[in-house]
Amino acid sequence: MVALRSRASITKNNLKISKKIYVAAHSRSPAGDDAGSGLTPIVESVGQNGLIGARQGGHTGVMSQPAWALRLGVIAALVGSLAILFGYAGGWLSPHRLTPARFADGFEQVSGQHPGFRRNHSKGVGVAGYFESNGRGAEFSKARVFQQGRVPILGRFSLGGGMPNVADAPQTVRGFGICFQLSGAHEWRTAMVNFPVFPFRTPQAFYENLLASAPDPATGKPDPQKMRAFLDAHPESAAALKIIAARKIDSGFENSEFNSLNTFRFTDEKGKETWARWSVVPANPEGTNAQPPSQTDQNYLFDSLIAAVHRQPLQWRLVLTIGEPGDPTDDATLPWPPDRKSVEVGMLVVDHIESDDTSPARDLNFDPLILPDGISPSDDPLLSARSAVYSQSFTRREGESKSPSPVSREETDQ
Amino acid sequence: MSAPLPPSQFALRSRLLHWLMAAMILTMLFIGIAMVASLAEYHRLVAIHRPLGIAVLVLAIIRLINRKFTTLPPFPPTMSASERKIATVSEYMLYALMLGQPLVGWAMLSAGHYPVVLFGAVYLPPILPANPILYAVLRETHTILAFLFFALILAHISAVLFHTWMIRDRLLDRMALWPTRRIK
Repeated sequence: MVALRSRASITKNNLKISKKIYVAAHSRSPAGDDAGSGLTPIVESVGQNGLIGARQGGHTGVMSQPAWALRLGVIAALVGSLAILFGYAGGWLSPHRLTPARFADGFEQVSGQHPGFRRNHSKGVGVAGYFESNGRGAEFSKARVFQQGRVPILGRFSLGGGMPNVADAPQTVRGFGICFQLSGAHEWRTAMVNFPVFPFRTPQAFYENLLASAPDPATGKPDPQKMRAFLDAHPESAAALKIIAARKIDSGFENSEFNSLNTFRFTDEKGKETWARWSVVPANPEGTNAQPPSQTDQNYLFDSLIAAVHRQPLQWRLVLTIGEPGDPTDDATLPWPPDRKSVEVGMLVVDHIESDDTSPARDLNFDPLILPDGISPSDDPLLSARSAVYSQSFTRREGESKSPSPVSREETDQ
Repeated sequence: MSAPLPPSQFALRSRLLHWLMAAMILTMLFIGIAMVASLAEYHRLVAIHRPLGIAVLVLAIIRLINRKFTTLPPFPPTMSASERKIATVSEYMLYALMLGQPLVGWAMLSAGHYPVVLFGAVYLPPILPANPILYAVLRETHTILAFLFFALILAHISAVLFHTWMIRDRLLDRMALWPTRRIK
């Protein structure tokens, strides 16, 4: 043991010392105490003969200095390539790759820093209620949510864009996120908007448009030339924006229709698969307010929604649209033909409204790929990207200190 | 040969567990780092990451139990006392990460109010209440532990290869999947 302790250690950290030569006499003592075997250090300068000895046992003998260096090089190369591969997988070697983090950076760049808020659809209000399923969805999906009965829901209405203090405006895209609160693999979350189609086919196009639509510091408005260049490069977006511009703009959240836009794969009990999109259609398309809300108020859309929920529970029909062979499943810029079969599968009832400041919906990620067993994603490239960027936004905001929501408790409690 | 000799290799069960878990954990680390940097593959990778992580947790528990009931081969005489200490400490750190990293992942999803779905209709219950700060801290911890895990594995590989190829003490033989000659 003394001999062992006195030896300079042969470690990777100490290559120079390890070049001293150690020769094992006979390594194992009769008692099997290999730790105490008599190793005798022979201190010898490597430079003198260019040979490096190895510990005896199996392969004995000495290694030439080049062979020694070669072996060391192989180890360094192996471990180094693992590290480089790791860095490559993490995107560090490709600074121009569009990653979820860079996507979220893009929102922050365009909308500014608003700690604690969602990077997109920042302005919103939480709601709760239930979904009364009529059982007809079970024909297409085995998801528990479609079995007849009542499922509690948590939701959030929002306006598109990364600025929580933006003034409500009729044209701004309206969002409705819903979480059907079933346990584990039966939970379903969806984030819908009031557009008939989505303006971008790919996450890259979305990102390009995001940057192109950033306000020009000189004018405070987007540079029309950049927007034109974007639309020239993306005719599918130009076509989709025409459809979006032609839509009827409903007076408020409470009478807006919201659409899944992306396509999903529904699987029934027997394994039969169906492509489907869905919409929530207001039961009262005229709205429940006595008169259309005044558009002068900063929060007029939210205030109108709050008033409507306080007056009576709001209802939307959940409607599935069933795809047919040939319908686009990977392109949310394309509408499906209007004659596609639609099936009403139940009624959504919203009977409670709460400011983001207190609603549990604030700390819920309405990730469109939190799908129940019985619904799965299509090959639409937007879906995985949405999931990734929502997650990035969620992680960022959960760690930040919260600022009061512009749609305050005083407003929602009125 | 009269005195009973300690085993020159780890038990076959231990060696199988070692290499199976080595492959799984390296795969997990690469999936983890790749998925957070990918838009197109994010969902597919997350769907593998969750069940594979839980599989690592289960195997780590089996491995610790197995370790209790097997005799370990001694360190070779070429390892100094301090090397032995470093090897032992890093081994315990690796065990802690094999158990801790999946648990942090599971806890993080729970705190983030995410369902912990493994596959199909199979899921796990939350192990923490939903809480934003808890989520943020655990999410950050998950990343830090991943880097620590990867660094430890690289150090482990370097040390074993250094012994095996430079000192030529056949250290790797102890973990080889095939039977090896006893070191004379």
